[in-house]
Amino acid sequence: MNKKKWLSTPYLVWMIAFTIIPLLLIGYYGFTGRDGSFTIENITAIFSPAHSKALLKSLYLSLLCTIVCLILAYPVALILKNKNVGQGGFVIMIFILPMWMNFLLRTYAWLNLLDDGGIIERFCESIGISYTSIIGTDIAIILGMVYNFLPFMILPLFNVLTKMDQHVINAASDLGANAFQTFTKVVLPLSLPGIVSGVTMVFVPSLTTFVISDLLGARKVMLIGNIIEQEFSIADNRHLGSGLSLVLMIFILASMALIHRYDKNGEGSSL
Amino acid sequence: MKKQSFIVGIVLSLSLMLTGCIDKSNSEGTSNNVVKVYNWGDYIDEDVIAQFEEETGITVIYDTFSTNEELYAKISSDPSLYDVICPSDYMIEKMIQNNLLAKINWDNVPNVKNIDPLMMKRVSDFDSNNQYTLPYTFGTVGILYNTTMVDEDITSWDVLWDETYKNNIIMQDSVRDAFAVALKKLGYSLNSTNEHELEEAKDLLRSQYPLVKAYAIDEVRDKMINGAAALGVIYSGEYLYCTEENPDLAYVVPEEGSNLWIDGWVITSGSKNKENAEKWLNFLARPDIALKNFEYITYATPNKAAQEMVDEEYLENPAVFPDEETINRCEVFHYLGQEMEDLYYEMWKLVK
Repeated sequence: MNKKKWLSTPYLVWMIAFTIIPLLLIGYYGFTGRDGSFTIENITAIFSPAHSKALLKSLYLSLLCTIVCLILAYPVALILKNKNVGQGGFVIMIFILPMWMNFLLRTYAWLNLLDDGGIIERFCESIGISYTSIIGTDIAIILGMVYNFLPFMILPLFNVLTKMDQHVINAASDLGANAFQTFTKVVLPLSLPGIVSGVTMVFVPSLTTFVISDLLGARKVMLIGNIIEQEFSIADNRHLGSGLSLVLMIFILASMALIHRYDKNGEGSSL
Repeated sequence: MKKQSFIVGIVLSLSLMLTGCIDKSNSEGTSNNVVKVYNWGDYIDEDVIAQFEEETGITVIYDTFSTNEELYAKISSDPSLYDVICPSDYMIEKMIQNNLLAKINWDNVPNVKNIDPLMMKRVSDFDSNNQYTLPYTFGTVGILYNTTMVDEDITSWDVLWDETYKNNIIMQDSVRDAFAVALKKLGYSLNSTNEHELEEAKDLLRSQYPLVKAYAIDEVRDKMINGAAALGVIYSGEYLYCTEENPDLAYVVPEEGSNLWIDGWVITSGSKNKENAEKWLNFLARPDIALKNFEYITYATPNKAAQEMVDEEYLENPAVFPDEETINRCEVFHYLGQEMEDLYYEMWKLVK
C-alpha cells in the first residue's frame, strides 16, 4: 500500500497548484489594500449597503432555487426508484442529456425563449394571450437556476433511493405502517444523505452564479457573484473582489455545516 | 446505448483536441512575425486583417474586449499580452499615467498625415504631446429613439426619466457613460470630482432604475433594432447601422450636452513586436483602409483623406460625423485618478 503512495503525486501537484496556491492568493489579496498594506476593509465591505443587499438577494434566490429543485426532484427520483434499472437509467439519461450542451448556450437559449419578440411571446400572441417579457425579473433568474441545477439534485436523490434496501420498506409495511408512514418514518430519513448532497450541489453554485443573473437579469439584478466578478473585470479591484469572495466562502461553509448537522440529527433519530 | 455515447464522446473530444493543435501550430509556427491586436468587438472590417496579413506577411493574433475596464484589467496584469490595443480617451490617459503604453515612433507611421489635425489637437487633451495615440474613431453619446413609439421631439436627457416610457428605456451599463448622462442632466461636468454632485447623480440614476428595461452595452443596438424599447442610450457610431436595419430609429445629442469620445490605437509598453505594431497603425491610417473600416463599422473616422471619399450625405449628418455645434456642447472624458474611479464605481453599485 505504502509503495503506491507516489501514485498520488500528480493529484498532489494539481491540488497545490490549483487549489492551495489560489486560496492563499485570495487570502493575501483579501487582506491587503491597493497599496499592499494589511487591512480588513475588504472583509467588512460586505456590510456596505450595496454588498449586503446583493448578498441577501443571492441567499434568497439560491434558497428559493434549492427548494424548488427539491420539490421537483424528489417525486421524480421516487418514481424512478420503482422502475426497473433499464427504464430508470433511460429517464436519468434524459435528465442528464442537456448537460452535454454548453451551460452558456443553454442559458442563451432561455434568453431567446423569454425575451421580447422571443418564441414564447410569439406563441402567446398566436393564441391570443398577452405576454410581457420576464427578463430582468427574479422569476427569470430562478427559472434559469432551476433549469441548470436540477440534475444536480435528481442524481444524488436517485442514487440514494435506488440503493435503499427494499426489505426495509417491506418490513415497515409488514409491521403495519401505511404508505405515508413508511415514507415519513423510513424512506425520507434514509434518503437524507442524498438530500444533503443534492441541496449542497444546488445551493452552492446558485449562490455564487453571475452568468445566469447577467444573461437573464438584463443586468438589473446584482447578485453577490456579479459584484465579485465586476470587481475583477470592471473595477480593477482584486483586493475587494478577493475579500468578498472570502466572505462568500464563509457563508458557504456555514450553510454546509448547518445542513450536515441536520443530516446527523436525522440519522440519529432514525436509528 | 452507453457504448455508443462513449464512442461519440471520444470522437468529439479527439476532434476538439485536433483543432486545438491546428490553431496552435498556426500561431506558434510563425511566432517571430506576429502582431497581437486587442480591439473592441466588431470594430474592424475583418477583410482588413486578411489584407494586412497578405501585404506584410505578418500574422495577426486578434482578440476582442467589450469595456475599457476589461481591457485595463488585462493589460495592467501583463502589458506584453498584446502589442496594439484600442482604448478610449480617458483610458489612454490612465494607461499613460501608469506607464502601460509605449511612445509611437511616428517616422514609422507616415500615414498619420492623413488624420485631421483638429482631431490630433483634441487628442492632445489626454495625450499631451501626441506621443501615444493614433485616433481611430470618434463620436458622441446620445439617445437613439424609435419614432413610432415616441411622439415628441426629444431634446433633453429628461425623457429618460419620463414615467410614460417605463420599461421602455435601455440604459448604458458602463459606469462613466451612465454617470455622464445624469451629471449632464443636472448641469454638471461629466468629469465631476465633487462628491455632492456625484451623490446627486447617483440618486438620479437610482430613481431611474424602476423605469429601465435593461442595462446594456453592445446589446443596445440589437434591442433598439428589434423595437424592444423606445429609447436607448448609445454611441453615435451605432446610428448608421441601426437606421439601415430599422428606418424608424432617430438619434439625438441632448441640448444639455454629452460626451465626445475618441477611440485610438496605442502600443503597449510590454510590446515585443513594436515595429509590427507600427506597421499595423500605418496600415489602418491608409485612406482606403480607413474608408473600408468606416463603411463596415460606421463609426466616424478622423481620417481626412478617407472622409473625402465618404458620401456627402453621411458627412453632413451630425449623427454620424458630429458638427462643430454638437462638439462644442460635448466634453471629453478624463481619467480622474484611482480614488475617484473607486468612488464612481462604489456609487454605481448603489444604483442597481
